[in-house]
Amino acid sequence: MPKVTLNGKELEVEPGTTIIEAGDRLGIHIPRFCYHPHLSIDGNCRMCLVKIEGVQKLLPACATYVDHDMVVRTDTDAVKKAVKGVLEFLLVHHPIDCPICDQSGECYLQDYYVQFGLYKSRFPLKNKIHKVKVKDVGGDIVLDAERCVLCTRCMRFLREVTGTDELNIFGRGSHSEIDIYKDQPLRNRYTCNLADICPVGALTSKDFRFQCRVWYLKEGKSICTGCATGCNVFVHYHGGKVWRMKPRFNEHVNGPWMCDIGRFSYTAANDDRIEKPRSLEGEKSVVIDWDAAFYTANLKIGEVKRDFGAGAIAVIASPRSSNEELYLTKKLAFEVIGTPNLAFTPAVVADDYSDEILVSKDKTPNSRGAVELRIGPQDGGLDLAGILDAARQGKVKLLIVMGCCLGDLDDDGAGRVVSAVEYSINIAPNESAVSQATSLVLPSASFVERGGTFTNEAGRVQRFYRMFLPRFRAREDIRILADLGRRLGADWDYKNEEAVFDDMARSEPFFAGLDYRVIGENGSEAGGR
Amino acid sequence: MELVLTKYFHLDDYRFIDTYVKHGGYSALEKALRMDTDQIIEEVKKASLRGRGGAGFPAGVKWGFMPKVTDKPKFVVVNADESEPGTFKDRLIMERGPHLLIEGIAITSYAVGAHVCYIYIRGEFVRPAQLLETAIQEAYEKGYLGKDILGSGFDLDVYVHRGAGAYICGEETGMIESIEGEKGQPRLKPPFPAQIGVFGAPTLVNNVETIADIPYIIEHGGDAFRALGTEKDGGTRLYGVSGFVNKPGVYELPAGTNLKSIIYEHSGGILDGKKLKAVIPGGSSVPVMKADEIDVPADMESIAEAGSMLGTAGIIVIPEGVCMVRLLSIIMTFYAHESCGKCTPCREGTEWMRIILENIERGEGKEGDLELILDVCDNMEGTTICALSEAAVMPAESFIGKFREEFDYHIREKKCLDGELKI
Repeated sequence: MPKVTLNGKELEVEPGTTIIEAGDRLGIHIPRFCYHPHLSIDGNCRMCLVKIEGVQKLLPACATYVDHDMVVRTDTDAVKKAVKGVLEFLLVHHPIDCPICDQSGECYLQDYYVQFGLYKSRFPLKNKIHKVKVKDVGGDIVLDAERCVLCTRCMRFLREVTGTDELNIFGRGSHSEIDIYKDQPLRNRYTCNLADICPVGALTSKDFRFQCRVWYLKEGKSICTGCATGCNVFVHYHGGKVWRMKPRFNEHVNGPWMCDIGRFSYTAANDDRIEKPRSLEGEKSVVIDWDAAFYTANLKIGEVKRDFGAGAIAVIASPRSSNEELYLTKKLAFEVIGTPNLAFTPAVVADDYSDEILVSKDKTPNSRGAVELRIGPQDGGLDLAGILDAARQGKVKLLIVMGCCLGDLDDDGAGRVVSAVEYSINIAPNESAVSQATSLVLPSASFVERGGTFTNEAGRVQRFYRMFLPRFRAREDIRILADLGRRLGADWDYKNEEAVFDDMARSEPFFAGLDYRVIGENGSEAGGR
Repeated sequence: MELVLTKYFHLDDYRFIDTYVKHGGYSALEKALRMDTDQIIEEVKKASLRGRGGAGFPAGVKWGFMPKVTDKPKFVVVNADESEPGTFKDRLIMERGPHLLIEGIAITSYAVGAHVCYIYIRGEFVRPAQLLETAIQEAYEKGYLGKDILGSGFDLDVYVHRGAGAYICGEETGMIESIEGEKGQPRLKPPFPAQIGVFGAPTLVNNVETIADIPYIIEHGGDAFRALGTEKDGGTRLYGVSGFVNKPGVYELPAGTNLKSIIYEHSGGILDGKKLKAVIPGGSSVPVMKADEIDVPADMESIAEAGSMLGTAGIIVIPEGVCMVRLLSIIMTFYAHESCGKCTPCREGTEWMRIILENIERGEGKEGDLELILDVCDNMEGTTICALSEAAVMPAESFIGKFREEFDYHIREKKCLDGELKI
């Protein structure tokens, strides 16, 4: 095994490991712009030059493989001068407009200037070369070519990941300028990754531009709810709002990337929220408190059971619910209410787009979980079509809907079905045609206000985490379901989603052997694997 | 004196195959095709043939890097991108003796086992490209190219690929990118072209003059060729003399001919009887020499010992009366224009130096500018993928180092110390 001694620290690595990778493993950060662990090596920025014992020239750590007993230093005077020199070169034509630049706070140029630069400008202001600014290049991206360091990460991403090749460098020498071809804007669904991988403020996100300074943002781990792929994400939040999502590396799922469609699914946590429990009194919607809501729900369920039997009640679960929520929904329907009529709204295709990279045809995060938990009617019960038909005919007397959708019905259709039912309960985080028509609306938590697990379409069980308390008067679904169950007489002692998961792992074969506490960063394949 | 290349260049129809063959052309190819390929490479090694493109890497050694066994096709690329300022020797070969090159290509390709050769010729060389095309056509017709060359069973196709005007495409990996249809930018090395070159296959890149020397080496043997020059720099050289001399032109002389005699005897001395101030001995990229430093043999080793480089042997003669600030400013404008823009230090450093020099020349220089240039040079040196960065650094450091008083005067007095000659 090749061995490297980097700044006195030794590391054995497998053949084909570069010095920069070895440095990352040792916790020795070698400065870089063009190097990206998931793109090809280009070696153009020259920021990662290091001194290798026995080699006269400084070599780029990104493009130099560790050889046997290689002794490398990043802290010699020659290396320090070279790095400082490269940084100065990169900044000579840069507009130094940090105060109005979105990248500020997460900019490699800023960080390295503080770390390696700290010189006075030696370049005359009047000689700065001016390039294109504030150009909409398509997708979610705005280009400022003056801030660009020409590292070609974006070009390589578009060549190697999306295969769409929209950006290129035009011109030569110091007039080199990154741009799209004339009238050919970005035409892929992964453009936000460009803003992520751009080490400087050249490519920024239209959606995030001028919204929030990055140093205010806190970071939490989550799973994208945009489709069944289950990309691992970081959620950046501040002041009870989600400001953006970034991909979180998971080699089993999304690698380092995520799609634009999923990226913007975060808005569900901010917009169109159901704020308070409310009850439809005639034509009027009346805000009530949670106690009153549970009292009413209990009363109505009891009445229907007494007058028509439990078979007149139907429950429609949501593939946007977590495994734990689905499990509890099922128990509520079968064991507590005693109805066999349970279904879930399958993958709702709001946008037909899907591809071979990350975007699934299934636009919900947990259809697989619903399938594996056998969310469906018990013997003699109604399936989704059956429930909807029966509801239209007035045979369903009480309908409980989790989430915002009813099958593939449009707003009109969903509203008509709910209205046709005598009494309806909707547990959902966001307003919809369903919530508008529902008798009793219970606001639930968004994906950042609760924790749990989703099962992606490949069968990987992955955790998402609560970042802050439910906004407004919303409550976590688990708590709502458990409270409702207890009101209806269940002997439930679920304090949190972890307790539900443990119970589920004991009784549901698909989740057998999984432990909520050891699912870990990258999730676990279900089925005991 | 024995001439390797230009012996028949005075004949106008030497560029046609009949005349070329009449004067012994293609006999070396016939001989080579009967030789073992290792034997050919051995002769080239014995010849001490140094690459004529500027770097002077021993050609035989470079050939030896080509893998013997590979599951990929192999390629030969001829570097005819001749774009180093002060260099115009390859053009002469292509215009006056294109079959020398083609014969050399056939032998080289046979030796390294390539069946396709690209001649990458600079875009501005319109006429040489046409002449080459004609000559290649002739060679196909006579059976020196194409299938089963001279009944040997060896196949070779030769293509002329015209460049689009980038200096950097003379750098071998930039050239390879360009042949592949990419923007001409050097590649990271390793891997070297002999491992991964054109279209991912092993590739030998040689300069026009290097290849054109091959027929002589095969015909007369490596030892005979080496004996023409010096022990480590064999054969003759095409010295291209330009600037203020009475008889500018290309002179084929033994490697190691005295630099001073090339200027004063062969090139007829300095124009208008002026006094010599400086000489750039190997194209604009190499360090300048002062008038009193040029009494040295013009071979790779001797010029290096004298503190410069023989480079492409493009000798630029500078008399008193030429402002060195202006000259360096012109040179730097060239490198700033031609930097491909890939590596940060070269992309920004060349332009920065151009700006400073332009300011000094315009009379807007200020104290500290020279130290700044030298520091920029220091930051550019050894920090980039290819040698263009150093190509800009070497003239800058040597001009300032050797003619400091002219630069200081320019900054202080805002005019030339010695600049009555317009350039």
